[in-house]
Amino acid sequence: MNRYLSSLTATEQVGAMFFFVFGCLFLASAVLLVLSLREHGDDAAGEARQQSLAHANRLLRSSWGMVIVFWVGWLSGDVGAIVLFGLVSFFALREFMTLSPTRRGDHRSLVLAFFVILPVQYTLVGTRHFDLFTVFIPVYVFLAIPVVSALANDPQRFLERNAKLQWGIMVCIYGMSHVPALLLLEFPRYVDRGAFLVLFLALVVQTCMLVQHLAARRLRRAPTAAAISGSFNWMSWGIGVGTAALLGGLLAGITPFKPGQALAMALIASAAGSLGHLVMKAIKRDRGIPNWGKQGEGVTGAGGLLDRVDALCFAAPVFFHSVRWYFNL
Amino acid sequence: MRAKLMGWFLLGLIRLLTGAQARWYGCPPKAEQRIYFANHQSHADLLLIWAALPQVLRTLTRPIAARDYWTRTPFRSWITTAVFNAIYVSRERTADQDPLEPLVDALERGDSIILFPEGTRGHADEPQDFKAGLYNLALRFPQVVLVPAWINNVQRVMPKGEVVPVPVLCSVTFGVPLALHDGEDRKDFLVRARQAVVDLRDV
Repeated sequence: MNRYLSSLTATEQVGAMFFFVFGCLFLASAVLLVLSLREHGDDAAGEARQQSLAHANRLLRSSWGMVIVFWVGWLSGDVGAIVLFGLVSFFALREFMTLSPTRRGDHRSLVLAFFVILPVQYTLVGTRHFDLFTVFIPVYVFLAIPVVSALANDPQRFLERNAKLQWGIMVCIYGMSHVPALLLLEFPRYVDRGAFLVLFLALVVQTCMLVQHLAARRLRRAPTAAAISGSFNWMSWGIGVGTAALLGGLLAGITPFKPGQALAMALIASAAGSLGHLVMKAIKRDRGIPNWGKQGEGVTGAGGLLDRVDALCFAAPVFFHSVRWYFNL
Repeated sequence: MRAKLMGWFLLGLIRLLTGAQARWYGCPPKAEQRIYFANHQSHADLLLIWAALPQVLRTLTRPIAARDYWTRTPFRSWITTAVFNAIYVSRERTADQDPLEPLVDALERGDSIILFPEGTRGHADEPQDFKAGLYNLALRFPQVVLVPAWINNVQRVMPKGEVVPVPVLCSVTFGVPLALHDGEDRKDFLVRARQAVVDLRDV
């Protein structure tokens, strides 16, 4: 089996990977369909079963969406992937800005962020200017945004408004753009297999979040920062990160890393992602909202795009940088 | 054909920039004759409420456009007539013409309309006092359902004097239909209508 897989070309390997993932999703959908056909009963337990089924359905639907997005991104080649992640950045930043009140004086800065900085950043990724791309936002945009804001002649809450803008740009554009950058990173003897690196990162981070969530529910420990997250505690965080690192070690075969290196990389990525998610939760608490996304939908439990990708936005830059630094790419 | 393409393009653009989310709180979207009345903060209000309505209602519902602004260039007047099927209303009151006349014509034909009873765009957080037009129409067409609506966030998309819009999620909240009580005073009704719109801000 292993020998057969390694005899395939890079494209065939990635194709096989998608085949496998889609197969898993089909199975999960089939199982849920069968479960939904079962008699539920009218009692409270039946109601609860139906609720958890609906929850699982929502989760599955968003997984389908994410996998299809990745698949289309891979099918359409490098340019397609760049455009795709650029759009994800755009929508995530739109959500972030909607819930961070800006003043009229910020209009030009917002235009700059959405229509200049975002395309430039993704163009830098697409043209593989990796040195410039990693400093473009923290160095140049860091100056450009407050200059444009200052020229708008409105000193009220100036620092606060600019900090919010900078934050939105850092998380939604800078962080997200590192995901397609991974696709284009060139390892020796690992050509055209960037999709595996993205899959590795996404799998490891999502596993960490999921295990952490389940562990927190099972353990019922006192939360470490109760005002920010009712579920976060160091114990379940450790379990989540540990499991993700183990999974990373097991997945070493699809990466250019040796098992030990893969384990360490998974550890770094999942720690960064889960702590980043905690930080975004703190911002949401500050704004007094349960979820990003469209207003009023928060209460129904359906979150926004940013809720789904925030961990990735924090994990991707750390992962990308440690990979480049360690392997001298 | 060109108008249809332009309609799709505008719809796509508005959804990309604002999401144009409709929140039906007080009533379902229904193809009955209605007057939607909403707060007014930006020229884009008209676009947003148009985009937020479902396709079927969009063709039955006619927005109201200020004649002086929307007929100033050929492009603006083409877009308001061909794409939005808008009703032009003069903002300056002339002695010989009732400004409500075009609205009365449209309502008599059975169209639904979108009305901004403040008359002009406001810049404060709270909407200005409502003009009497809404009351007069309610009096004259008691069978038409009056639906209050709150348009949220549009002023952030394109503040006055700017040309490039900024992407921010916007929503239109539709509330419980309002009816004119028997013998209700004009001023009381207008205050009540304005309050119905303001109340939708926080649902």
